[in-house]
Parts: sequence; C-alpha cells; structure tokens
Amino acid sequence: MAGTQSKSSGGRAKGATKARGAMKNVPALVEFSKEEELNAYREMLFIRRFEEKAGQLYGMGLIGGFCHLYIGQEAVVVGMEMAKEKGDQMITSYRDHAHMLACGMDPNGVMAELTGRRGGLSKGKGGSMHMFSKEQEFYGGHGIVGAQVALGTGLAFANRYKENGKVSMAFFGDGAANQGQVYESFNMAKLWNLPVIYVIENNKYGMGTSIERASSTTDLSQRGASFGIPGVQVDGMDVRAVKAATDYAMEWCREGNGPYILEMITYRYRGHSMSDPAKYRSKDEVQKMRSEHDPIEQVRARLLEKEWATEDELKAIDKEVRGVVAASAEFAQNDPEPDPSELYTDIVL
Amino acid sequence: MAIEILMPALSPTMEEGKLAKWLKKEGDTVSAGDVIAEIETDKATMEVEAVDEGVIGKILVAEGTEEVKVNAPIAVLLEEGEDASAADKVGSAPAAAEAPAAPATPEAPAAPAAPAAPVASVAPADPEIPAGTKMVSMTVREALRDAMAEEMRRNENVFLMGEEVAQYQGAYKISQGLLDEFGEKRVIDTPITEHGFTGLAVGAAMAGLNPIVEFMTFNFAMQAIDHIINSAAKTLYMSGGQMGAPMVFRGANGAAARVAAQHSQDYAAWYASIPGLKVVQPYSAADAKGLLKAAIRDPNPVVFLENEILYGQHFDVPDVEDLVLPIGKAKIVREGTDATMVSWGIGMTYALQAVDELAKQGVSVELIDLRTIRPLDMDTVLASVRKTGRLVTVEEAFPICSVSSEIAYQVQSEAFDWLDAPVLRVTGKDVPMPYAANLEKLALPNAKEVIDAVKAVTYTA
Repeated sequence: MAGTQSKSSGGRAKGATKARGAMKNVPALVEFSKEEELNAYREMLFIRRFEEKAGQLYGMGLIGGFCHLYIGQEAVVVGMEMAKEKGDQMITSYRDHAHMLACGMDPNGVMAELTGRRGGLSKGKGGSMHMFSKEQEFYGGHGIVGAQVALGTGLAFANRYKENGKVSMAFFGDGAANQGQVYESFNMAKLWNLPVIYVIENNKYGMGTSIERASSTTDLSQRGASFGIPGVQVDGMDVRAVKAATDYAMEWCREGNGPYILEMITYRYRGHSMSDPAKYRSKDEVQKMRSEHDPIEQVRARLLEKEWATEDELKAIDKEVRGVVAASAEFAQNDPEPDPSELYTDIVL
Repeated sequence: MAIEILMPALSPTMEEGKLAKWLKKEGDTVSAGDVIAEIETDKATMEVEAVDEGVIGKILVAEGTEEVKVNAPIAVLLEEGEDASAADKVGSAPAAAEAPAAPATPEAPAAPAAPAAPVASVAPADPEIPAGTKMVSMTVREALRDAMAEEMRRNENVFLMGEEVAQYQGAYKISQGLLDEFGEKRVIDTPITEHGFTGLAVGAAMAGLNPIVEFMTFNFAMQAIDHIINSAAKTLYMSGGQMGAPMVFRGANGAAARVAAQHSQDYAAWYASIPGLKVVQPYSAADAKGLLKAAIRDPNPVVFLENEILYGQHFDVPDVEDLVLPIGKAKIVREGTDATMVSWGIGMTYALQAVDELAKQGVSVELIDLRTIRPLDMDTVLASVRKTGRLVTVEEAFPICSVSSEIAYQVQSEAFDWLDAPVLRVTGKDVPMPYAANLEKLALPNAKEVIDAVKAVTYTA
C-alpha cells in the first residue's frame, strides 16, 4: 500500500504542464510529531469505537434503515481534518459519521440522530445519512450517489465568489467516481478554477461490485486528466500520507490553481450497509487488510516503538474514548423520540 | 462482567432468523470484528461479528435453530480474567435487561395519529397600488429582466447562471443587458450540463449565496430534477432546520409552438407535489415581475415557471419603486356569479377568451388566476365556489395527476355541499405533444372547450 504517485497523461488541457509538476511534488508522507501521532491515534480510535457501537445498536434494533460504517477508512478523514483550516468545508455521501466526528460535531447528537431521537443533530429527521452543521462547516450527509460532488463544487464556487480563501473538500467513493455529474463538476471546477479537493475514498467496492468490475480505468486519480485537474493516489491507510497529500492539495487550491484530486486507497472492513452478505470478497482479503494495513495499528506500533506512549497510556486513551462513545449511546437510547408536532416543522421557512 | 451476545438485526425488517452455524466454540477467544456465527434470514446468509473482545463462555442457542428472535441472547462472552461460572449468572442478570425490546413488532394500537397538518397561514394581499399610479406597457420578458436586475442591485449575493445567459443575452433574451451591468462574476454562462450546474448552484445556496438558475426550458431540468428535489427541497427538513437552499429555478415551461414532445411539457404538477418547494406560474407581466422579486427574496427554493409564448406579450405594469407580490396568493381577475373558473400561467389565455365570450352570452364567470401553485391559495378558490356552486379549471398540462386534479379533490372535500355540478377540467390531451400543426392544435386546450365546460356545469349547454 505504498503511496503511488501517478503521472498525468497531460494532453493539451489548460494547465496540464503545471498539473504534471504539481503531482511530482506531492510528498509520499511526512513523519508526524509525537503530538500528531497521539492526536491521530485518539481521533481514529474514537471513530472506530463509535462505529462499532453504532453497529451494535443497529443489531439491537435501536438504529433503523441504512447504516454505513467507516471502520477501516479512519485515516482518510482524520488525516484530512488535520490538514484543514477553520472555515474549510466538508461534504460527503451517506457514509458520513466519521466526517462529522472528525470535524467536531457532538457525538451525542450524532448517535441520537442514528437512533432517531429529538436530541439528534437533525432533530431525528435526517437519520444516519443526513446531518449538517453550519458551525463546523459540514454540509451533509447525502444519499444520492455523486450528488455531493456537484454540491461540494458549489461550496467552492461560493468560496471564490466571496473571496474568503477557503477550500471545499468533496468526498466520494470509487462507485460514485463513475457518475456523470462528477465529470460535469470537474469541468466547471477547472473551467472556473474553483478551490475544491475531490477526495475519492477508493475502498475497492461500490456496494458489492469491485472497482475492476465497474470501472474501465481503475486509476481514479487520473479521472481529471481530460479537464487538466491534477491528482495523485495516496495510501489512505497511512494517516501521515493522507495529511501530507492534503497539505499539498490545500496549498494548491489556496494559491488559486483550481481543483485537485486525491484518490485515497483505503478499505472498509464491514459491509456496505448492515445487511451485506459479503459474498463478493474473501474473508482472507478482509483479514489481510486488518492484520497488515490497519490505520490505527500502524500508529499504535509507531507510538510504542518510539516510546512516545506506553501500553498503559494507550489503554487509557481507549478507555477515555470508550467512555465518550458509551455516553453517546446512553444519551441516544434515553433521549425521547421527536415530538409529533415536529412532523410539520422545517419544511419551508 | 460477562456480556450477552444478542441475536442481531441485520436489516430493518428482520424480526427473526436461523442461527445457521457457529464459527467459534465455547472457550474460544474472540476480538472485536471476528466472525463468530452465520445467520440466515429470508434475504441472505450473513455473518455475525463480535463487538467486544473476550472468551466465548457459553453458547445458548445451538446451530441449526430456526426462528431465533432478534435480541434473544445467543451466547455469553466472558471478559479477561472471568471464569466460566460467570456465564451461568447471566440471563436473569441486569445485562439482559439492558437489551431493549425489539421495536420491530410495534403493537398495533400504539401507533399514534399523525398530528393535523398546520393550516397554511394566509398570504398577505397584494400591496395597494395608489390611485393615479402610472401604468407602463411592458412584455413579460422585460418584466422578468427588470425583476432580476432590481434584486441583483439590492443584494450582491444574488447571481444568475445558466446556458447562454451572459454573452448571448439569454436564449430567449430574458437576461438582456445583465452581463453589461453586473459583469461575468454575477452573470455566468454555464456548460450545457444541467445536472452539474444545478447541483453546483444548490451547493452555493447552502453556503449562503442566492442563485437564480435559468433553465433554457424546464424540459432540460429533468436532468437536474434530482438536485432540485433531493438536494434543494429536502435539506431544510433533513437538517432539522439548520440549512436550506434560498434560490430560484426559473425558465420557460410548457408548450412553445411546433417543438414536439420533448420540448413541450408543463411541469407544474411535478414540482407542486414536493414539500419544501414553492412553485410560481405567473401569467401577466406585473405578476411575473412582482412574484420573481418575491421568489428571489424568499428563503426557500422556488420553482418559477415561465412560458415562451407569454414572453413577448404586453401587459400594464404599475410604475412603482419596488413591486413585490405575495407568493401563495391567487388573484380574482373577473368577478362573477354563475360559475368559478380557476386557471394560471398560459391557461389564462384560454380562460380569458372564454370568459369574455360567455359574458356576451349572459353567463357571469368569476375568473381566478392562481399565480402560485404551491402553496395553493384554496381559500380564494373555495370562497368563490361557495358563491357560485360550480367550478371549471383550465391548464395546458397533462390531465392525469394534474394541478386540476388536486384542486378538484380539495373542492369536493371542503365545499361538497356547495357544489351544484361536478368539477370539470380543461387540460392538454393525454398524449405526448405532436409536431404536426393540426395535431398540436388538437392536443392543446382551446377557448371553445372552456366555454363548453362552463355550459356543462351551468346546465346551459
């Protein structure tokens, strides 16, 4: 899973030469300081424990409908959050719990939204796939595959319109990467040089269909080539590689060079949603990823090796995180359902 | 403390399943994520993963057992350092009580009635136009352009985007002169990619701007309807009121002339069925101007349906500083006593011809121009029907599940005892729009059909 830095096919697209240069300059990774390692460890573990708890509550019938867990992909959103500045926006698909936790939204509110309670971030009206926060610049949780790519391009359009220097991050999966509106968005983003990072979370499967079975070309980082948008593949299981690539892409956008594509090579351990028969991949494949590339274990091993933390200290972090997650689950189970009068509120202003 | 492993629900509809196979046995160590068992439901065979780490102390449900209820304990997991005897203590222990009752089978009588839908607040009346106000003859095209220009002067977050809106000055010349006044930052030519640029505009609205998206015609907005409905209309609700899309989707809607099936559809009923949208369909230039200004100021997504044939027609528009009309308020265009006629948009051309002809024949028709399709001003319609006892609706759209259908439903529901005749509707025919001149004419409504309908409901045929 070494970060492979792809080269652009270039062509005569506007800015292609610069784009090629841009890709060569992306560092594979930058070593973290002790504080960064500990921060990444805590944040990733928090997401992992939260998602495990969500899976458990689903199994108990407390969470209904769809529930898409992020387990295995934690390094992507945590590394990007570490690279972003206040005011930069995030928007993603329905696999969204981790993004909300990473950008600082209240875990009690997220979990209570999953259980459909009044203290949920959307008052129980959105559910697992639909939460938003103006304060944390999180623009949702979208259920239509690829829709958030056009919307995220619109956030970048607003940044340029307001000249506020902010960058929008539009997350989507390898499945969505074949959607037509993605390319309509790429075209406008480059045409107008909008400050947007397209983050392709390539976890290798669009629901149960592997990327090889769905995509005519599988190097998704190069999907912007015909528009003159540079892109690189990043080891999305290594939080340091994610952070380094994002730092670079952020600077690229802030300097007014237009959009940038980061293809995060990652892996989801769990099914697409909860009822996933998992017949499309082997158990060995999943087990191999877990044992050899786990994003949290990688950080844990480095922390121990460098003696930046002891086993006991890491256990204490786990305990702290479990406490926060347990409290959120407690809140989400005890919080009442929305008042029936909420049925008819928030439809129009 | 020992933990009970419960039969998990693997889909929202699962109530029970077969415990097909144990992959771990008593005494095995498991860590979170390990597959411990396989379950068969009516849909699929699925794996059960351990959520916690520990040792399988006791298996409570043997493999091969069918009809295991969701949330029934299937095994006991011992934590580090616990011995097997702890497994026996679980069951009556509070651990079991922590498992909530499965909500999969709610008791029938428990379902509460939905609260009554709130009564729509009555839209304010049109602003008073002072006596002696100068009237200016203006086309609908000019009125729309002036409305946008005035609102763009007023609020710098308002911008216009669409195909050919800038350098070309508008495919139908609605945006004539706007590029010169506001520059390319605020009057933006887009690629011919409705899905993408509509999504982009909705994103910009979520970030606080006020886009006006021009569709060359609403036929092409079908490529973008996902963003109009799923992204713009539903976000306010899905976010619990935190975030919405204050914006306008506007353009030519309905049949033009001789452009055949794919360029001739009226979408009013489609958009009007969506909670979260407002839908405006004006007829006159004054209404076009006053309602477009209101739509641009509205904090909700507004679908503003224009008509190519009306663009060039002249109307008197009051020459006032800031003409803003209320969305959701119908207008009584002609007062009458014998029958009520409700129309909107280009349907008004047939309605007016018919009402004038009927007046000559001594039939007094009260004509209401709805102007807004959502929210529907049923108060005005019902008051008139209670006076006349008869109703004819006139529109160009397809008949099935049309706006007329909805009006007829509401009238029979709210004014059944006042009706002296069935409600009749005059609509476009239930066919794709043909190209041939004679067939096209047959497919559209006409004044004679409207006159015949009024004669039928007044039993004067």
